Amino acid sequence: MNRLLAAFVGLTGMIAAPFAATAQEQDWQSVLEDAKGQTVYFHAWGGEPRINAYIQWAAREVERDFGVRVVHVKVSDTASVVSQVLAEKSVGKESGGAVDLIWINGENFASMKENGLLAEPGWAETLPNWQYVDVENKPTVIVDFTVPTDGQESPWGMAKLVFMYDSTRLETPPSDLSGLLEYARNNPGRFSYPQPPNFYGTTFLKQALADTVADRDVLSRPVDSATFDETVAPLFEFLDELHPHLWRQGKTFPKNAADMRRLLADSELDIAFSFNPGDASGAIANGELPETVRTFVFEDGTIGNTHFVAIPFNSSAQPGAQVFANFLLSPMAQTRKQEPEIWGDPTVLNVAALPANEKALFDTMDLGPATLLPEELGPVLPEPHPSWVSALEEAWLERYGAGSE
Amino acid sequence: MPKATGGPDIPTILVVSLLAGPVCAGLAGTVLPAFGYLPVLGYHTFSLAPFWELFRMPGLSTSVLLSFGTGLAASILSLAIVLLFTAAWSGTRTFHRLTRFLSPLLSVPHAAAAIGLAFLIAPSGFLARLVSPWATGWTRPPDLLILNDPAGYAMTLGLVAKEVPFLFLMTLAALNRPHIRDYYKAGASLGYGRMSTFFKLILPQIYPLIRLPMLAVIAYSTSVVDVAQILGPTTPAPLAPRLVSWMNDPDLAKRLMASAGALLQLAVSAGALLTYLGLERLVTLWLTSRFESGHRRRGDALGRQAALVPMLLVIAIMTASLALLGLWSAARSWWFPAALPQRWGIERMFDAFGMGGPALFATLAIAAAAAGIATALALWLLEARGHRKVPLRGRLNTLIFLPLLLPQISFLFGLQMLFLLAGLSGSFEAVLLAHLIFVFPYAFLALSDPWNRLDPRYAKAAASTGASRARIFWQIQLPLLLRPVLVTAAVAAAVSVGQYLPTLMIGAGRIVTVTTESVALASGGNRQVAALYALLQLIIPLVGFSLAALVPSIVFRHRAAMRLER
Amino acid sequence: MTGSGDSSGLRLKNVGIRLNGQPLLEIDCHILPGTILTIMGESGSGKSSLLDFIAGFLRPDFQSEGNVFLNGEDLTFLPAQERHIGLMFQAPLLFPHMSVLQNLLFAIPPKIRARAERRQLAQQALEDVGLAGFGARDPATLSGGQQTRVALMRTLLAEPRALLLDEPFSSLDQTRRSDVRDLVFRLARANDLPVLLVTHDEEDARSAGGMVHFLDGTTNENGCSETRQPQIAVSER
Repeated sequence: MNRLLAAFVGLTGMIAAPFAATAQEQDWQSVLEDAKGQTVYFHAWGGEPRINAYIQWAAREVERDFGVRVVHVKVSDTASVVSQVLAEKSVGKESGGAVDLIWINGENFASMKENGLLAEPGWAETLPNWQYVDVENKPTVIVDFTVPTDGQESPWGMAKLVFMYDSTRLETPPSDLSGLLEYARNNPGRFSYPQPPNFYGTTFLKQALADTVADRDVLSRPVDSATFDETVAPLFEFLDELHPHLWRQGKTFPKNAADMRRLLADSELDIAFSFNPGDASGAIANGELPETVRTFVFEDGTIGNTHFVAIPFNSSAQPGAQVFANFLLSPMAQTRKQEPEIWGDPTVLNVAALPANEKALFDTMDLGPATLLPEELGPVLPEPHPSWVSALEEAWLERYGAGSE
Repeated sequence: MPKATGGPDIPTILVVSLLAGPVCAGLAGTVLPAFGYLPVLGYHTFSLAPFWELFRMPGLSTSVLLSFGTGLAASILSLAIVLLFTAAWSGTRTFHRLTRFLSPLLSVPHAAAAIGLAFLIAPSGFLARLVSPWATGWTRPPDLLILNDPAGYAMTLGLVAKEVPFLFLMTLAALNRPHIRDYYKAGASLGYGRMSTFFKLILPQIYPLIRLPMLAVIAYSTSVVDVAQILGPTTPAPLAPRLVSWMNDPDLAKRLMASAGALLQLAVSAGALLTYLGLERLVTLWLTSRFESGHRRRGDALGRQAALVPMLLVIAIMTASLALLGLWSAARSWWFPAALPQRWGIERMFDAFGMGGPALFATLAIAAAAAGIATALALWLLEARGHRKVPLRGRLNTLIFLPLLLPQISFLFGLQMLFLLAGLSGSFEAVLLAHLIFVFPYAFLALSDPWNRLDPRYAKAAASTGASRARIFWQIQLPLLLRPVLVTAAVAAAVSVGQYLPTLMIGAGRIVTVTTESVALASGGNRQVAALYALLQLIIPLVGFSLAALVPSIVFRHRAAMRLER
Repeated sequence: MTGSGDSSGLRLKNVGIRLNGQPLLEIDCHILPGTILTIMGESGSGKSSLLDFIAGFLRPDFQSEGNVFLNGEDLTFLPAQERHIGLMFQAPLLFPHMSVLQNLLFAIPPKIRARAERRQLAQQALEDVGLAGFGARDPATLSGGQQTRVALMRTLLAEPRALLLDEPFSSLDQTRRSDVRDLVFRLARANDLPVLLVTHDEEDARSAGGMVHFLDGTTNENGCSETRQPQIAVSER
């Protein structure tokens, strides 16, 4: 945390002392110059056309304004990018790597950080637009799944688990986990979750764990294998009860969140969920969900986190990647991202502290028919420590993923 | 062009080392980590720990059985469908008509076919919509386990639908040889039924040519990733998709276990191949014992109708799947139980072409280069062999086909390391070379039979006029073989377009093809976009096959003897 | 020889074959058991199409009319395997994946069930054509004449009711040729089979000794009634 503190001090210093600010500005000027003419290979999940279109827009903007060419490498699984960087490191490729910027968070970030696959710490906090990031009210922008970011990744958007339902089939959505179980019991075959280790499936496990665990504090610490079974016993009790009532009796699962959303549209499922509070509105605007779909959350809160962009240690275009990351943080890019028809992804900025013009952009935005207002979104539950991810996934696999042998 | 020689066959050695070399190196890159040796991650000692860890994975034996069972069953079923249909209908109008349907189906990529099939047979899919709610009373899709069923039936069906066209075209090529029609006549004039004649007289003669493609199908089906991900079981999944996810696990130590798993995959595929060879032996013995019985089986009308049904089903399923992809690509909203889209939208189509344009171009560049080089290499090899005084022995020949008989994932990860070490990863040339490894064997497979059947007297006649070897090749042999050469190039291009893992891993994401884009987009849930990209994948192979059919008929429009005879 | 009232033998009644609408040939004749009709003509005159028509192999791009009767039974619409017409080709076409004996066993009708009896028959057939002891051989190791003799026995063992010979001697050299030819004709007569021989070799036609019918455009022959018989200009030299 020392480094983080130092960054804070630096940040405050930057705002306070005009001298320091000039030095910062000069540094940034040289970054801009180095970046000019560079090509940035941005490896980002490519499963959502709306997001792809947004990235393409951003790429056009930075090419026009800063002379940085951004190529969106659409990946189906971020882990494979981590794997790629690792492979490069393992053969000693210290520079000129294939990946310049990754869309990342959570255990992928933790894994890269732990294995020294990321660029030098601190760069994210030197970005000019860092000043607008809402560090105070959105703690997850500097702590990713309990792991400090150390300025090795720059926040891009906020995520919070929200549930979607079709109001024509479901009048009063459940308000907590036991309500969900009750609903599944009364309506067999109409609820499911993506199969872990899919990110969304694991998130559902974490949500259920947070709702069933005796003491939520253990989740912020690394898994203790001695007490793990005991800690997760209530979770699996819940799942054991839930599974017989799942879609296809839990013999197979939706592949991912988008697949689950499609099953909701086809009325195979009654409830789906997303990490993007604006997802339902965006999908309605794009004709992917019926207009009667609405969003709900658990009263006691749902898991929330931040997603980031990170630069690998051997990126061949670090200045260019920084310029793009900075652009993604700009109020203009962040407002556009939050528009439901564009993407609907909540901002990481502190809107209240923005200059008046930029603030107005956010204030006048129509969040869409199915998006909950920020005050309706309920409390944010923190992500557990990344070690819970694989521990939960393995435990789940053993119980439900191995078939009957 | 090399000189006539009785010494070592230099072209073959060269090509084999170019292709089998990387494969063996890739295998080594898998074997070492499997035994615990991966210095970059700090593993310096050999141990069996990765295997113990692998064997502790829950559901491993089910995964292994699934890979083995679905792959072998799908392959044998496909072969049976093809052979029964060929036996019953070869030479008839029905046969010719269906042939025209099946050839273009070959250009449908596996993943695209699987996506279309999934939408056809899912409980919320097209078939259910056609009969809902008026006949079934379903206002909502029933909760039926059809796709991703734990036993892998849907996956087997998907594999069959895709392998039948391939094996059929291989059988067709094998049938295209002198005297086959006369053997049919001989059988019939001795009073044998059509199917009996095929199985007792024709099949034993053409089977050697179908065998290798069949083995390739088995190796492929037992280690398939994309079809398994779309249609296969998930609790647990077959071995190959699980391997890929271990290999991509952010916990990098899983790589050791994944490597051990890759060796297990190798064993599973090898086991399936050996099982098939055993079955093949039994069937051969049985069939041979029937040669002497004299049973004619003349009354095979019923059997012939029965043999038509599965083939028609496969064609219907594939055609319907493709048509659905076409519909989806223009559908904005299309929810159960609507049999046709509720809202159309072609903006995405323009988007897809706009965004997919560069990917399409890259795909074309790689496919064209890979097809050109593979075809040229195959020609070079065959031409050189024609001039050998000593007949070639089988060893080197087998090595050419090594990439077809080994599961891709068993050596791809090692290969990735190799390319990285060579500093080639992420370049066009590297991807091209990686594609060549998989494309060349198919090109060689497609070209060697037509080449060997070319009447050697043409070359002799030309030589007697004093023509040089080069001149004979360029002016006699190549033009005579124009049609098979173009078909070979088309097959090669289709194989290249279909490469997903090699492009992804060797291209490091810098080389983006419609196939990598398509898989990334399929990871989302937008069917319209998934359908559009699946169709984009289809374009290049389709154009290739069309050109291969068109060009010779235009070039040789005044040459009756060069027209396709069937 | 009697008129058309006799139904035994092979009768081609008003047969016409067209290719893409163009008439290829027309023929009307009757081959009695134990006699040989020789058909001669240039290549492309439709000889092979006629054989295909009789044996049931005419390809879909050909159109045909008329009927084929064998011993009074109309074969025209029967599938090839039901016609019991033996066929010998230009090439002996022994099945390369079987031994010589297996080639013969393959032809013996299944009504003879006992294995020993079947083998006995096949061995006998080999002996009849002077190839005793060749049973276990690979057909590819036999000379052309030997292969043709095996092919002949294979055809006969299937107990055909008529024989179609499509230039079966053309691949043989001159000395072998007459031996094999005599053998074929002798056995055909011995089995009392109607034989249709297609050839462009005058020697073949002469030694067949029966009627000869010309199928070329210049003489524009159709039909093979007895009046055509004097046209055997080739037979005496």
